[in-house]
Amino acid sequence: MTERFYRSLYRIRRVEETIAEVYPTDKIKSPVHLSIGQEAVAVGVCEALRPKDVVFITYRSHAAYLAKGGDLRKMIAELYGKATGCAKGKGGSMHLIDAAHGVMGASAVVGTTIANAVGYAYAVKLRRRDQVVVSFFGDGGTDEGVFHESMNFAALKGLPIIFVCENNFYAIHTHQNRRQKLANICGRARAYGMPAERIEGNDVFRIHERVRDAVGALGAGASGPFFFECLTYRLKEHVGPNEDYHLGYRRREEAEPWIAGDPVRRLAAMLDGARRARIEDEVEAEIRDAFAFAEASPFPEAAELFTDVTET
Amino acid sequence: MERTLSYVEAIREATDQEMERDPAVVVFGLDVDDPKAIQGTTRGLVEKYGPERVFGTPLSEDAMTGVAVGMALAGLRPIHVHIRMDFLMLAMNQLVNVAAKSRYMYGGQVQVPIVVRSMIGKSWGQGAQHSQGLYSFFMHVPGLKVVAPATPYDAKGCLVHAIRDNDPVMYVEHRLLHFQKGPVPERLYSVPPGRARVTAAGKDATLVGISYMQVECLRAQRYLEDAGIAAEVIDPIWLSPLDTETIVESVRKTGHLCVVDNGWSTCGAGAEIVARVAEHFQGSRAIKVKRLGFAPVTCPPTPALEDLYYPNARTIASAVFDLVNGKGQSWQPEERRELQEIEFKGPF
Ligand SMILES: Cc1ncc(C[n+]2csc(CCOP(=O)(O)OP(=O)(O)O)c2C)c(N)n1
Repeated sequence: MTERFYRSLYRIRRVEETIAEVYPTDKIKSPVHLSIGQEAVAVGVCEALRPKDVVFITYRSHAAYLAKGGDLRKMIAELYGKATGCAKGKGGSMHLIDAAHGVMGASAVVGTTIANAVGYAYAVKLRRRDQVVVSFFGDGGTDEGVFHESMNFAALKGLPIIFVCENNFYAIHTHQNRRQKLANICGRARAYGMPAERIEGNDVFRIHERVRDAVGALGAGASGPFFFECLTYRLKEHVGPNEDYHLGYRRREEAEPWIAGDPVRRLAAMLDGARRARIEDEVEAEIRDAFAFAEASPFPEAAELFTDVTET
Repeated sequence: MERTLSYVEAIREATDQEMERDPAVVVFGLDVDDPKAIQGTTRGLVEKYGPERVFGTPLSEDAMTGVAVGMALAGLRPIHVHIRMDFLMLAMNQLVNVAAKSRYMYGGQVQVPIVVRSMIGKSWGQGAQHSQGLYSFFMHVPGLKVVAPATPYDAKGCLVHAIRDNDPVMYVEHRLLHFQKGPVPERLYSVPPGRARVTAAGKDATLVGISYMQVECLRAQRYLEDAGIAAEVIDPIWLSPLDTETIVESVRKTGHLCVVDNGWSTCGAGAEIVARVAEHFQGSRAIKVKRLGFAPVTCPPTPALEDLYYPNARTIASAVFDLVNGKGQSWQPEERRELQEIEFKGPF
């Protein structure tokens, strides 16, 4: 398990670091919202899911896309705007999708997919399918009306959905305490009638265990939803490849405990050297291959502008 | 002496001067007080006017729009700022069902003097949900004024008017226009609805460019000069209420009208302008019309398709050439470096 988790964490971290390296060359003409520092949430949650389960994500979802089994080559090609991308170059970094692996959709507009996930869960329940839906969103997303309306409906209908709030404390540059009087996101969930738990978000094992239990309970016929607030931290700027401590909205010292508890390093230390080196070599090779694939792929043909269009 | 300001600075100055003049003016919205200060348009305001009159909000566009209406009912003049126009979709109920209708619906007992500032992006890989020019939605609704200034001068003057207007005004900015520089008087002045502006004079064709497309139209006009066509370029500035008269006068002279929209053509601002001009002439003057706008699809983020999605100076020139000389000439001017699009670098 440690090996599996490490592979996934290391892979996501290195993919995003490579994106940050390539970004200044202008080959990726799509704004990137990196999740460096937050990977453990996506990995802990998605490792608890089965291939048939589905996730709804946000614009900051390279991690969830990869953790859920999204195709790396197609993801990088999508960032490059290539025809071989997961959305044929028509989604971009903010709209990653891989329906075959249950990555069902992302929105650049905050909060939007929470309701879509709830609708999917309603269909799952109606059809008596053995499937679980996960809705990822940030602490900022919980400010939106759609969050509250969706929670109410999901609880009312007892839907098989797991809400995962990745609380990195910031919405762009505005701290949670400047947007919410009480830091009680779990309390809000409980108020709508569902169990809610706050978890330290660097603890990939803990997150995994709790989500696995919830998936198991839903599979055994328990009524949903379940709610997890995972405390985590974004080490890079809101959008783009750099750090932004100079902007003054947060201090570098604030990041230090999160860097010290970095799950990638924590798990690395748990593996023996040779195994770890093998995993890292394999991942590095895969990443090189994916970027080479994206570079070598063609851009979409002009005719592609008018495919997948609703006739109006 | 004439001063030069950027569009961003012009917005900032208009807001500052109006806040200074009128204590009822308040500015709020997501990120207005954050380090980037909405591209700089709200820079320094919280320091000057305090956090009661300038404040960031939770991510709650719907509720905050309703809050703006409530403030206005109580006598404030709120400016509600959105870093992207797309987010207005979350506030449609308050905007369309309440803000636009209250004065009428209450028999004139109340007024809703709110300004809703919002920005249009251009793709740069942002794709579907961050590249939309949705102002025609608001032109459809009686009770909402809509303005899309293209120059720093109008950015200031229109905002001043919008703040003083007693009805809701949708104030639409384009991120590319934020970089534009131009003369802006220091004094307070306003640019009210009712007067479109002829930005280049010509006798052969009338080109109406909305928002950022004004820039592309002015470039197209230069390309067309090379082809021996003198295009008159018009900036409508205010889209609702719209100054049809200036456009009609131009078309009376040229007989050719091309409207270049910064949105989709179907049911768009261009459709409205063309319809009004056609209604005016009713066959009394033979005219030819053309609408240009975004390709009728969802905005593609890949740079390969983006070029095909947006009208630009050369495709506009080509369309006007066809309009004047008859269809299918497939003339398109050679790219002229000095007229090329201004640099647009991400990320945004
Ligand atoms: C409805 C809406 N309002 C505003 C924005 C602008 N915006 C983009 S990301 C963001 C921050 C969201 O914060 P959070 O949900 O905590 O997610 P994080 O970026 O921290 O992962 C905001 C305000 C948006 N995209 N959509």
